[in-house]
Amino acid sequence: MKTSLLKDIFWKRFKKNKIAVIGAIIVFLLFIIALFAPLLSPYNQNDIDRNHILEPPSFKHPFGTDDLGRDVFSRMIYGARTSLLVGFVAVGIATIIGIFFGSIAGYYGGWTDRIIMRFIDIMLTIPTFFLILAVIAFIGPSIWNIMIVIGLTSWMGVARLVRAEFLSLKEREFVLAAKAMGASDRRIIFKHILINSLAPVFVSAVLGIAGAVLLESGLSFLGLGVQPPTPTWGNILTLGKDNIEIAWWLSVFPGFAILLTVLGYNLLGEGIRDALDPRLWEAE
Amino acid sequence: MINYILKRIFEMIPTLFGITLISFMILHLAPGKPTDVLADFNPKITPEARERLEKMYNLDKPITVQYVLWLKKIVKLDFGESFSSDRRPVIDKIWDSKQPLFERRLFITFMLNVITMFVILIIAIPLGITSATHQNTLYDRITTTSVFIGFATPSFWLALLLMMFFGVYLGWLPISGLKSMNYDSLSLTGKIIDRINHLILPVFVYAFGGLAGDSRYMRSSMLEVIRQDYIKVARAKGLPERVVIYRHALRNALLPLITLIGLSVPGLIGGSVIMESIFGIPGMGQLLFMSVMTRDYPVIMGIVIIVGFLTLLGNLLADIGYMLADPRIRH
Repeated sequence: MKTSLLKDIFWKRFKKNKIAVIGAIIVFLLFIIALFAPLLSPYNQNDIDRNHILEPPSFKHPFGTDDLGRDVFSRMIYGARTSLLVGFVAVGIATIIGIFFGSIAGYYGGWTDRIIMRFIDIMLTIPTFFLILAVIAFIGPSIWNIMIVIGLTSWMGVARLVRAEFLSLKEREFVLAAKAMGASDRRIIFKHILINSLAPVFVSAVLGIAGAVLLESGLSFLGLGVQPPTPTWGNILTLGKDNIEIAWWLSVFPGFAILLTVLGYNLLGEGIRDALDPRLWEAE
Repeated sequence: MINYILKRIFEMIPTLFGITLISFMILHLAPGKPTDVLADFNPKITPEARERLEKMYNLDKPITVQYVLWLKKIVKLDFGESFSSDRRPVIDKIWDSKQPLFERRLFITFMLNVITMFVILIIAIPLGITSATHQNTLYDRITTTSVFIGFATPSFWLALLLMMFFGVYLGWLPISGLKSMNYDSLSLTGKIIDRINHLILPVFVYAFGGLAGDSRYMRSSMLEVIRQDYIKVARAKGLPERVVIYRHALRNALLPLITLIGLSVPGLIGGSVIMESIFGIPGMGQLLFMSVMTRDYPVIMGIVIIVGFLTLLGNLLADIGYMLADPRIRH
């Protein structure tokens, strides 16, 4: 009864927030495009056509062709798959690690907490982008390596968030009651506290996807991301840079796709956050 | 206060130690060896020669021993020698004392970041204030929307677009490097103008990303402050709104921004890899990228520790600045 009431409030507030709805629509469209990529793309994304290289946008090729005569529109549709996959898996890894460290630090406190927090401080001070570059350059830029490396270097925010939630929740009556009834630590952590702190974690995950998408496209742009022939928006942009004086369409479209995607996740994340924030409920 | 600063400096040591330990382990535990890269360039290299090289670089020893050897040198501020064929000391690559100041990599990256930070603050602070004082107006909505778009814009894409428009299409600005080919033949004013022309695009692109975050932050900080009682008092006294905002509110709203500046150091320097590679700027980011591609461990570690140190220093300076600015937390 109570949860369904909260759910109603959430949906009412979310739907009222036009910006959040725009974000949700963008993300939804991205899913559709990624899911139906083979149906939507007019050409095979990897078909080389030496007779039609670097052609500007036309009816035949709405986004033009690249240096090998491949259809940029089709490659961008498949690029949505890469972007979606990298975003979700990388953030999934980061969230799991963050929850793990955050809940242990917040629940047990004391030395465990101090060591983990110091570790997080160090990770935040290390120029992680440099390390990501180095490790990817060493182990080779494959899509799996990239997702794992991004995930392993971006969990600190989640960990801090979860820790803060644990600190405020662990002294509440329902947790003390569970403890008094002899529930195990694991049960209290997962069934009682974590469940109640998932909302902000979810918001930060949605915002994290935006960050991961940007990071992956940056890596691809430097040539250390997902490698061609697999199409990504980042590696089409690299071609744009190499052909900057002759082929504007190789730069303009993929960059715009990245912008829209990141915007979509950000708006969605902020929208969910606002809709969940009880302090803002009063305002209406 | 002095005690606090000393304590903070003292605390930096274990953190710096942790940074080196974690970075060293991650770099060296990644599969493959620097000698693989050598072998790629020179397939004729014999296994004996490879072994000799590995011995010379201490790569044959266990990783803990390698780390201790590296650490022993670094406490004497000896960054070691590059693995690349020129075998130059790492410090010479990062901070070449034979070159004029403007040509040293660390200086170039540092200066670019300082200029960028300056530009960001000059624009973000007024933007944030006016956005807050005009909350929920059309102006506020436009700036908020722009901020969201600014957040989502990939910096390297913006760089490409601007290079295409101002560099290739209009031909107004140079798109690569920090000075022209004919720089040495220019007069002093010509040299200064040439430098500035080369800085416009990189600084604009650099600043664009940070601008969104900082103005947003400034806005919410300002909104928080104008709700406070002392602002109500100031208004109740009949002070003009301009004085209330710029004398009473602004000073308090600026405080959190100091911390933000300290925290944004690693992000800015991290972004320099992409920026310097796009604009062909011979800074530390470019050096890092080249070293990463050739597995030049000593150079990578040298850069990581310098950037780590700068980050910690940035945080410390931010905290000190905060204390100086806010009498409430001066213990």
